[in-house]
Amino acid sequence: MALQSLDIKARSATTTPSPDARANGAIPVAKLIDISKCIGCKACQVACMQWNDLRDEVGNNVGVYDNPMDLTDQSWTVMRFSEVEVQQGKLEWLIRKDGCMHCADPGCLKACPAPGAIVQYSNGIVDFHEEHCIGCGYCLTGCPFNIPRISKKDSKAYKCTLCSDRVAVGMEPACVKTCPTGAIVFGSKVDMIHHAEGRIVDLKERGYSNASLYDPQGVGGTHVMYVLQHADQPELYANLPKDPTISPLVGLWTGIAKPLMSLGIGLAVFAGFFHFVTAGPKEVEEEEEETD
Amino acid sequence: MQVTRRQFFRICAAGVGSSSLAALGFAPGEALAQVRAFKLARATETRNTCPYCSVGCGVLLYSLGDKSKNAHTEIIHIEGDPDHPVNRGTLCPKGAGLLDFVHSPNRLQTPEYRAPGGKEWTRISWDEALDRIAKLMKDDRDKNFVATNQDGATVNRWTTTGFLAASASSNETGYLTHKVVRSLGMLAFDNQARV
Repeated sequence: MALQSLDIKARSATTTPSPDARANGAIPVAKLIDISKCIGCKACQVACMQWNDLRDEVGNNVGVYDNPMDLTDQSWTVMRFSEVEVQQGKLEWLIRKDGCMHCADPGCLKACPAPGAIVQYSNGIVDFHEEHCIGCGYCLTGCPFNIPRISKKDSKAYKCTLCSDRVAVGMEPACVKTCPTGAIVFGSKVDMIHHAEGRIVDLKERGYSNASLYDPQGVGGTHVMYVLQHADQPELYANLPKDPTISPLVGLWTGIAKPLMSLGIGLAVFAGFFHFVTAGPKEVEEEEEETD
Repeated sequence: MQVTRRQFFRICAAGVGSSSLAALGFAPGEALAQVRAFKLARATETRNTCPYCSVGCGVLLYSLGDKSKNAHTEIIHIEGDPDHPVNRGTLCPKGAGLLDFVHSPNRLQTPEYRAPGGKEWTRISWDEALDRIAKLMKDDRDKNFVATNQDGATVNRWTTTGFLAASASSNETGYLTHKVVRSLGMLAFDNQARV
């Protein structure tokens, strides 16, 4: 039997329910990223690679601070730097730590056709199990935040695990632990919302009247949340979606196309079988056989 | 490959049959979801200080093995020390990447010596290096030590040699270093906090 923190809430492409008699005991966890405190040092990127035994290519300087330029199978989190003028003449440097948001209603899991390749634990972590991954890339279509990346090396999808291995033994994720400014904090989701409320009061006193918590309800809330100074314009933060939802293509595929296709396959087999019973095997004439 | 129409139908039938069997539950057993095994479960934990800047953050070095006789230790992971008052578990990107610093092929692991005017660095042992440093310090101090100034007052100065110590040292180490250096009469004494 798995540990409490490993209890499974949902598994991809699995119709039988997961054992969840004990699921009520698990405390939902969350990572809170306070963008107003982030200095863009990228310690979280390094700590992530260090813990998860990843090493990305050194890459090239392209004239901006973003390095690497995008998430990869080796970089499960990246800092995205945006220079914006919210008010005329007042430049702001908004630095967002991008990575998996661990949605309560995960589009990747819904879209995934490989049984058990994507798992949601009852503490809220959405984890990929690469040994079951078939590399189809449907998780990318399903993800409203464009997070998973298919490895060119083994054609499997990778993303942040919220350090499920650390959380399972009662530790915080590696990025949270290393953050020198305390911009990333981790705890129960209730505590994180409470922590964010304090930060928002502080930011409002400092003149950020639109400061708020980013916990989008379009995906059922997330287990990685942001404190945004300009929550009315999340697009400012390197195109963070204002109201993310799962692509309708996912519902079309799992809800309609997939059952119809299964039915079609079954019908074809049945039709073939009945045709064989009623009409018998097709007699091939000797001449035709030889010409093949 | 030559496949007759009849063989093609047989292949199709076999495919449908086997996939139906799999769908009915005769497929090989599938492992339930399990997180990655916690890699530090029985690793040896050693406290140390980050070697980079003058902040002197505490780090935890995790190494393979439990220090038993036949186990050769090797550092497998480094992260911040939550009990260290300076950083309380946090580390900057340089500190967070210490593992690759430890295992870098470019890391200097022994003292090296280059003779004055020479071009080649040669590896020497720590004993050789420390003996040489001690000898040179003694020679220089014997030659240039100033016991009294022009007015005859005792000053005990040694101004021709300087000492660069570690700013990341603990209070106790700093105290001892200070005592050693000042008791020799050395005045030029600094650390990398100002480098």
